[in-house]
Amino acid sequence: MYPSRFRYEAPRSLDEAISLMHNGGDYVKVLAGGQSLVPLMKLRFASPELIVDINNVPGLAYHRTDPDGSLHIGALCRHADLERSDLLKTTQPTMASAAPLIADPIVRNRGTLVGSLCHADPQGDWASVVLALGGAVVAQGPRGTRAIPLADFVTGPFQNVLDPDEIVVEAVIPAARGIRSGGYLKLERRVGDFATVGVAVAVETVGENVTRAGIALTGVGGSTIGATAAADALVGRPLTAESVGQAAALAAEVARPRTDHRGSAEYKRHMVRTFVQRILSRAEAAQERAA
Amino acid sequence: MTIVYEDHDDDAATDIPVRRIKFRINGKKMVAEVETRLLLAHLIRRGLGLTGTHMGCDTTNCGACTVLVDGRAVKSCTMLAVQADGHEISTVEGLATASELHPLQEGFKEEHGLQCGFCTPGMMMAAKALLEENPDPTEEDVRWALSGNLCRCTGYQNIVKSVLWAAEKLRS
Repeated sequence: MYPSRFRYEAPRSLDEAISLMHNGGDYVKVLAGGQSLVPLMKLRFASPELIVDINNVPGLAYHRTDPDGSLHIGALCRHADLERSDLLKTTQPTMASAAPLIADPIVRNRGTLVGSLCHADPQGDWASVVLALGGAVVAQGPRGTRAIPLADFVTGPFQNVLDPDEIVVEAVIPAARGIRSGGYLKLERRVGDFATVGVAVAVETVGENVTRAGIALTGVGGSTIGATAAADALVGRPLTAESVGQAAALAAEVARPRTDHRGSAEYKRHMVRTFVQRILSRAEAAQERAA
Repeated sequence: MTIVYEDHDDDAATDIPVRRIKFRINGKKMVAEVETRLLLAHLIRRGLGLTGTHMGCDTTNCGACTVLVDGRAVKSCTMLAVQADGHEISTVEGLATASELHPLQEGFKEEHGLQCGFCTPGMMMAAKALLEENPDPTEEDVRWALSGNLCRCTGYQNIVKSVLWAAEKLRS
């Protein structure tokens, strides 16, 4: 399969890339890892006039913690970089458990977290993880730079609020106010398939009490679902079998699964509950060991 | 090297975007004029005549088209040929020397790691990337590293054995 014809530019600076986006016509797409965009172009679901390949722009492949404790992931940081990251293993349990579950190992060598967020596939795993962690993306364009919380970034399937000449240069995970725990669990029929059900849980605790919690669901609705009420049920008290059970039930309640070839709606809803429970029970056990 | 295309009447054939790229393939320096929408897999197979890289699903699932780009395994049906500019590509043809099979190729022979052979080049290239990063993988490591490559006949048992055979040979 061939994509439709397009003009191709591979700028060597961000300014040049933004100027190409600004002057590039009606339908311009940024190419980073290309693991979603290229298949879409081959299927002719996307037929951009101009591709701005940012792979030659230096200084975007990073992921690092800033002095204020926030985590920054550059637009060219590949899934594989995150999978192999000691920084994530020691400081970001939810992200570290999600990274090896994205697509398959070969796709992870090229695909990027930022690209995945921009692609805004309702089945995307990273969107749930970043939403649960209260993260944001930083967009840069001719009019400057702005941070957009992920909750406001995605407006629908494959749609985001970016202006046509803006490029997302990084994703940001805010600093933890307590000790982080949590994880990402994904039910898939085989490696590389979209999630039948995915659940991201991110919890922060100070002393015994949970100070912040986020829960988000993949594959059980028309978009990534933020299970706010479920997360709120955890905050302000220690993790107990009771609070965990409540959060799991509330998360299952906001899921909007549909019966399809991956499973029945009832089964998927049940798995949401099970996954929330499983992740939080592990977090609870880890806390008890620490105490 | 020039790639010649069929000219479809419905396309604007007057202004076909083409770019000149320089890259290395299996150590050899190359220059090519490629249409921007050409996929890396097409450049390798048609442009360079290296048909060891197979096109299986053409949808980023099966991994038959796996090659190494700067040592990292990549599905060549999901990368544009123009993106090879300035990079080093390795294909299955680069494994053997004139007189000797690569240990991975020997391993697939010794352990019966293939039947029809369609997935084999992709399996070997993904395995090569694994063994360069981790010369002493466990069976689990091998299964994990090959989980983006599909085989529809042998089953994975002998493929995993083949890679472990090669790992041992490379270590000794």
